[in-house]
Amino acid sequence: MASHGIRDQVAIVGMGCTNFVENWGASLDDMMIDASNEAYASAGVNKDDVDAYWFGTAQSAMSGIALARALQLQNKPVTRVENYCATGSEALRQASYALAAGAYDLCMVVGAEKVKDTGFQGLNANPIPNDGTARTLTAAAMFSMIVPAYGNKYGVDEDTMRAALSHIAVKNHYNGARNSRAQFRKEITVETVEKAPKMAGTLGLFDCAGVADGSAAAIVCRAEDAHKYTDKPIYVKALSFIAGNGGGLTDPNYDYTTFPEIAACAVDAYAQAGVTNAREQVAMAEVHDCFTPTELLLMEDLQFSARGTAWRDVLDGVFDLDGELPVNPDGGLKSFGHPTGASGLRMMFEAFLQLRGEVPEERKIHSLAEGRKLALTHNLGGYPGEMVSFISLLGAELD
Amino acid sequence: MGHGIAATDGPSVTVGPMRGIISWGAYLPYRRLDKSQISAFIGQGGGRGTRAVASFDEDTTSMGVEAARLALRGAEVSGASAPEVVLFGTALPAYADKTNATAIHAALRLPAEVPAFDMGASVGSTAGALRLALSTVGNRLVVTSDMRTGLAGSADEANGGDAAAAFVIGEGDGVVAEYIGGATITEEFIDRWRSPGDIRSKVWDDKFSELTYVAAGRQAYKNALEAAGLSADQVDLVAVAAPTARIGSALASKVGAAKVVDDLTATIGCTGAAQPGLVLCNALENAEPGQTIALVALADGANVMILRTTPAIAKYTPARSIASQLESGAPLAYGRFLSWRGMINVEPPRRPEPARPSGTAAARTTDWKFGFVGSRDSQTGDVFLPPMRVSSDGQRTDQMEDAPMADVQGTIATFTVDRMAYSPSPPIIFAVVDFDGGGRLPIELTDTDLEEVAIGGRVEMTFRRLFTADGIHNYFWKGKLIRG
Repeated sequence: MASHGIRDQVAIVGMGCTNFVENWGASLDDMMIDASNEAYASAGVNKDDVDAYWFGTAQSAMSGIALARALQLQNKPVTRVENYCATGSEALRQASYALAAGAYDLCMVVGAEKVKDTGFQGLNANPIPNDGTARTLTAAAMFSMIVPAYGNKYGVDEDTMRAALSHIAVKNHYNGARNSRAQFRKEITVETVEKAPKMAGTLGLFDCAGVADGSAAAIVCRAEDAHKYTDKPIYVKALSFIAGNGGGLTDPNYDYTTFPEIAACAVDAYAQAGVTNAREQVAMAEVHDCFTPTELLLMEDLQFSARGTAWRDVLDGVFDLDGELPVNPDGGLKSFGHPTGASGLRMMFEAFLQLRGEVPEERKIHSLAEGRKLALTHNLGGYPGEMVSFISLLGAELD
Repeated sequence: MGHGIAATDGPSVTVGPMRGIISWGAYLPYRRLDKSQISAFIGQGGGRGTRAVASFDEDTTSMGVEAARLALRGAEVSGASAPEVVLFGTALPAYADKTNATAIHAALRLPAEVPAFDMGASVGSTAGALRLALSTVGNRLVVTSDMRTGLAGSADEANGGDAAAAFVIGEGDGVVAEYIGGATITEEFIDRWRSPGDIRSKVWDDKFSELTYVAAGRQAYKNALEAAGLSADQVDLVAVAAPTARIGSALASKVGAAKVVDDLTATIGCTGAAQPGLVLCNALENAEPGQTIALVALADGANVMILRTTPAIAKYTPARSIASQLESGAPLAYGRFLSWRGMINVEPPRRPEPARPSGTAAARTTDWKFGFVGSRDSQTGDVFLPPMRVSSDGQRTDQMEDAPMADVQGTIATFTVDRMAYSPSPPIIFAVVDFDGGGRLPIELTDTDLEEVAIGGRVEMTFRRLFTADGIHNYFWKGKLIRG
């Protein structure tokens, strides 16, 4: 079984990202047009220069026609991509492989989701006809089961668990307050987090990501062509994807303290990128903080913390904006909300800005200046026991 | 005397092998409404005592399944053969047009060759089902179930109750109560009535009903004693199922039996079509070998069935006694009762309501959906819930055997409460359950209060109606804490 990766074969040369908000006044098309135009401008190209498109949306549209019609593309191949919450990332992965294979020279990836037209709370999957026996829990409830399981396994008392989870929420909102594109731009206090109404298990409102509309786009080409478009290309070091088989839901050995799909995905991604010590080599990570306990477990599955110790690293500030390995410096899903098809590309947008030194002063991280060179982005989709995992590693320099 | 139902069943029914009740199962829903809450809330009605309340996820079909499971467990212990016919009676069928007994049949995993019939949507249907089963040949499963309700503050609301009872009836050494005779008096009169689909019944005149029923009951009782060749003082226990407690006690006091069986109206309520079965179960649970029991069912006339307990009853232990279920009930707030009955609408979580289950998808998975049958890898023993065709390592296909899990207990590995998910009665309590001998399923818990739930808690499965969409009742299984 091989997973060779395409390290340094593909580069991101332009990106765009809308504000992520409850965008009552803008349609899916509006947001895709805005993100795309920003990306074209960023790469200095026009629509006709792009050979092929990959369009990620989980359930706001179907088929490539939705993008072709919005942008009025002229006889271009457009592939619609869906892979749960990793949809936007997956679209970029597919475009990158088409470039590496030599099928096209310049590709564009657009991710978009219009979540707020449903009138419902949270994210809701379009129902597929079924026998009526499937779970009907919210994601919050499924992820809430991590908290007691992790606490029990590692002997972390309830107050300490609460403190670690609150720290994650406060950190991500602190970062989001410094990002003009974020949905929530206010710092919050531990007290706010802990007094919020409970949604599921011990998770309160501020343990959950927001819900927003948004779109993000990227223009990608082969690495050798990158300097035609920009002086500061961002190179793809690794793209890894795993679709879980749902075994965790029915396997009595699964204990809700790890996401095995993500741990395996991390091993593959680090191998592709030649990373031997993630904690020391990764400069920043944009991770899928759909709920605060999710981010806690990710620190271990992504090998940033040893098993059973992430809570301590969180409380020690290791992942804070000014910490050793900043996590979600843009504010994460917590501050941005989660327009499913766009989130993965929004994460890459932050990596793109940070690696190019284009973030505002107040969001700058130290780790890059101190010699670390890699940015990691990570999405998951699904639930503990049954999820997809995506990890990318990006860098500003060729190895 | 043939194998049909007749005006009276005399000793001729006892010619040939001994025929009667082989096993019984009474099912009482978990919640109890303290009736003193009613007038405090609504300004009228209520009274003393409690009534049993079916949960929001129960209906007459699902309660019938639970009672039938208990009865079949008893029959299995007695070594009786499987039922050859299922007869289901209720005054509140979950479906019209479509048969309800087939869902019970599916949940019990009976062979397709076993017929399953509804007896019609009336209280009197269940006495008919019992009499039909007792006076014919072959093994019969009789399932009776009802939910009684009325407008807020009404007598029916306070005095009604929800329950189910089931019996395996047949021949042989396993018979615990032999049928020795019966009689019927049929009366057409307006006592109580309900148009199909209405949420409540109406009643004409209590006194008129009482006089009519007592007269019909006494006549049927007399005829039944004659048919069985007994005198009134030879009856040890009389059990009366009547539209109201008052009518029941009025008749019971006049028949001259040694003892009147508690009809449970003060604790469970008048359970309508389930009442004859329920009081018969209570009589059997309180009977000794060699006793004579007279069951009187008053509904559009009177049906009397006389049984004599056999030595086998001394060895029979009901799978779950009425006494233990009376003890383990838990209180329910009146407001919640009203919302469960559709009398008041409570704001739901702002989430999409579930789509109707697919008829064709459900038809492919009947054994899973209704029977809770997973698959077990014949090589590794891995249990899959729902059933899978491919082994967990992906290497082998179709090397599975059935893993029936409905009667397997489990342990809570972890749990949560979901305050946002759609439920007809939020919040949802949800647990990851590890079954004894293998298999795990994350599943909703019912009849459970959050403070009772703990990792390591023990769980059994119960057949429920998850929700109804587009008129389709979505039946499946939930977990329930094992108590006592």
